[in-house]
Amino acid sequence: MPNTIAVADGIFNIVDGRPVLLGSRCTNCDNHMFPRQQGCPRCMFDQQEDIELASTGTLWSWTIQAFPPKAPPYLGPVGEDFVPYGVGYVELPGQVRVEARLTVADPDQLKIGMAMEIVLEPLTVDDDGNTVVTYAFTPTSPGGQS
Amino acid sequence: MSDVAIVGIGMHEFGRHDGVSGMDMGVVAVRRALADCGQQWSDMQFAVGGSMDSGAADTMVSRVGLTGLPFTNVMNGCATGGTALSQSINTIKSGAADIGIAIGFDKHEKGAFRIKGPRGKDWYGGSGLALTTQFFGMKITRYMHEYGITQQTLARVAAKAFRNGAINPMAWRRKPMSEQEVLDSLMLSWPLTQYMFCSPGEGGVAMVVCRADKAKEYTDRPIYLKAATMRTRQFGSFEVLAPSVALDRNAGPTSDAAKAAFEMAGIGPQDIDVAQLQDTESGAEIMHMAENGFCEHGEQEHMLANGETEINGRLPVNTDGGCLANGEPIGASGLRQVYENVLQLRGDAGKRQVPNNPKVAYTHVYGAPGISGVTILSR
Repeated sequence: MPNTIAVADGIFNIVDGRPVLLGSRCTNCDNHMFPRQQGCPRCMFDQQEDIELASTGTLWSWTIQAFPPKAPPYLGPVGEDFVPYGVGYVELPGQVRVEARLTVADPDQLKIGMAMEIVLEPLTVDDDGNTVVTYAFTPTSPGGQS
Repeated sequence: MSDVAIVGIGMHEFGRHDGVSGMDMGVVAVRRALADCGQQWSDMQFAVGGSMDSGAADTMVSRVGLTGLPFTNVMNGCATGGTALSQSINTIKSGAADIGIAIGFDKHEKGAFRIKGPRGKDWYGGSGLALTTQFFGMKITRYMHEYGITQQTLARVAAKAFRNGAINPMAWRRKPMSEQEVLDSLMLSWPLTQYMFCSPGEGGVAMVVCRADKAKEYTDRPIYLKAATMRTRQFGSFEVLAPSVALDRNAGPTSDAAKAAFEMAGIGPQDIDVAQLQDTESGAEIMHMAENGFCEHGEQEHMLANGETEINGRLPVNTDGGCLANGEPIGASGLRQVYENVLQLRGDAGKRQVPNNPKVAYTHVYGAPGISGVTILSR
């Protein structure tokens, strides 16, 4: 039976229909890293623990991918089916700034500092009929999750 | 540091050359550099060369001469050409050789660079994040937010590049373009339009370097290396193709390489007469003006408006049209900047000659995954 599957293992888990980003925390200096890695680039300590990163943050910078990326490696639709998408860094407070697709691709609707929350973003359907998804951030809806 | 001199320079025209391989262009550049100082390949005591997409540079010996010389291949992203030069300089300074040649060439497919993911993780490219263009868009978006740079200033940089390219016979794009045409071109990665970006391209550059005390044996107009530095990123810098960035902020490898170069040369930014700064896109030139120490952050807005970085301005920047007008063959690009500065210091830059006999010239390259190289040359 077709499922929703992550674009790769070890980047995020899917919990209740939402992505949970998988990061590392340096047990010596508290530096947060994404994706998971061993070895801290700040303090050079080699012991890190696995953590789950925050699901909300603020937009630190952004752009809009207006032309189709080369495929491969891109898994999403290209050619006439290409749909522009936003790309940004979302600052997860006290943790790290994470690069992500944004669900919004309209410059008038993106502002540095705006509140964002994480969602799943479908990329393609694989040969077995599974929907392949990545993570993305979307502006937090008024009155919704803060 | 004034014990190394550049005595011969050679370039193959940048642009698109159907039927000509990257290696072909490297060979042409080598022959032109040798001819420029009246030397033969057999006179070269060593070579250092690199390309990203056109094969191992050392294989060119089967065409230029099997003389048995030590030939080192280098690959260092956008700093490949600069690294070929700095390794050549170090070889001379070490006393291991009196004269040798630095070579860079490349030929890339059309369109943005095809990049898989950092550390080979396909999720990054698969998700549509492995594009250098996105980084440039996001870095300048943040910079505009912090320092009040406008999109008009981005267009001014591109229009200047195409004006300068139009009077450079080696450049790829030699048609002037107005600021409005730049602004009206296709939006690729907000706020950067098609003509604010350079394109991966083709070309080759080579230069013969030697012990400074022997330079006059090869040319009556040697150009001396006052500094050549290279740095990688420190923790907290914001770099291309990074799935995450630390909350700590760092000025980045360009600032580090620039400071080290000025220290090595014993001069400051105010002493530079002409500068070639990495302009992968318009925003990069603007940000690199400040990162290299030529102005404070935000001052670029009025500097561009006042024409201060034009060929006849206070600090001419990218007098040959930069990456924007020349395109970026990765292996050759850093050496192109040095080639232009040698022409400027010799007084051989023709229609784009910086007035008043420039004496000190500066180059800067930047590339993935956060590297920067600087040279300072003088007559």
